Amino acid sequence: MSALTGIDSGALARIVAADIPPGSFVNLGIGLPTSIANHLPPERGVMLHTENGMLGMGPEAEGGQIDPDLINAGKVPVTELPGASYFHHADSFAMMRGGHLDICVLGAYQVSAQGDLANWHTGRPGDIPAVGGAMDLAAGARQTFVMMKLLSRDGRSKLVPQCTYPLTGLACVSRVYTDLAVFEIQPGGVVVRDLFGIDFATLTTLVGIPLVSVP
Amino acid sequence: MSITAVENEQRREFIVSRVKILDSALEAVAGIGDGATVLVGGFGSAGQPVQLIEALVEGGARDLTVVSNNAGNGEFGLAALIREGRVRKVVCSFPRQSDSWHFDAAWRAGLIELELVPQGTLAERIRAAGAGIGAFFTRTGFGTALAEGKETRMIDGQGYLLEYPLRGDVALVAAHLADELGNLVYRKTARNFGPIMAAAARTTIVQVVQIVPVGALDPEHVITPCLYVDRIVRVERDLALSGETP
Repeated sequence: MSALTGIDSGALARIVAADIPPGSFVNLGIGLPTSIANHLPPERGVMLHTENGMLGMGPEAEGGQIDPDLINAGKVPVTELPGASYFHHADSFAMMRGGHLDICVLGAYQVSAQGDLANWHTGRPGDIPAVGGAMDLAAGARQTFVMMKLLSRDGRSKLVPQCTYPLTGLACVSRVYTDLAVFEIQPGGVVVRDLFGIDFATLTTLVGIPLVSVP
Repeated sequence: MSITAVENEQRREFIVSRVKILDSALEAVAGIGDGATVLVGGFGSAGQPVQLIEALVEGGARDLTVVSNNAGNGEFGLAALIREGRVRKVVCSFPRQSDSWHFDAAWRAGLIELELVPQGTLAERIRAAGAGIGAFFTRTGFGTALAEGKETRMIDGQGYLLEYPLRGDVALVAAHLADELGNLVYRKTARNFGPIMAAAARTTIVQVVQIVPVGALDPEHVITPCLYVDRIVRVERDLALSGETP
């Protein structure tokens, strides 16, 4: 398995960014997905939503731009872009639940072949559970994408037949971007759209679920 | 026929303000008793009514149920209230953060109860309380561990959970400006839970950095209308206290 290197997270973020249609309203989850913003040039006109109450979020604030009243969902100081708006939490989540956000991209512990998502709790005793907006995003956005490393630290696939971690949402993920492959979760099965430094047969063995290859 | 400036000036004399403007945060939180349910605004430290919470620590109320998005940051505000053992139960969406050590320790020691609620459901339950909604169905959380014990229904082929309103005895809110009637304006993402919490409690107590005369706020810009507000106190924007970087 040591030969599998795939692509780095920057290259993966660029691939996700390229798939986001111009003018979309998008929520990027905390962690790996946040870096997608670095690959969305202004001329694409993608408007970022942050669930703590803002549409039109700009890049991370630096130096004199830092304003403690202007933060993102990860509580990092950010900036506002022309055309930005602020709203309270109930409106922010109504926006999400009401299907007005085109895409959200989340990190994950596991995604199942049916598109079930597990990303909020390890389920280990003593670990303090924290859900934040993950369940609302999974249930609400029109399309939920996942961006993650395909393998866990112990080398096991995080794309699984059934999630063993506590679920965030049922059948909500439509696409999974990983360092080794991009998967489409479709009613007929899991379709492999891209391969990065791995062949289809090796990937199928690694993942352990039936995969469909795009010809 | 439009109202002239002169007529408006005469009307100003007849304004009866129901809101109490208090001189200190300690006076503002007076009467919050043991066992109260307190809605606490803020997302992390943005919009957290730090001075009101510190006054609540000083006031000594115990066995509180706190409804807030997080469970305290560092040593100030909500974290201090938890550190001092005043909180019996926290209802929140995201207790665990890099600087939530007082909550973490209390929870691990079994000294504090946690009701974990998805963030949007938390907001909507608070909104429902203020809007007189008896309960609502949401897709959020359906089929997950947080759905346990909840009534479900299939609507148009999708699973929904029944969620109930979340009401407070008191709401502690930080806004940016208030007028002397209690109309409120917020600043940027510090608005977060302020407007919905202000509407969802029997008594709403607000800290602001400035109080302006009636008529000084553009009515188009008022976010929380004055009928939701009971008490106001002006506080200094103390960056050290709120843990913010100047």
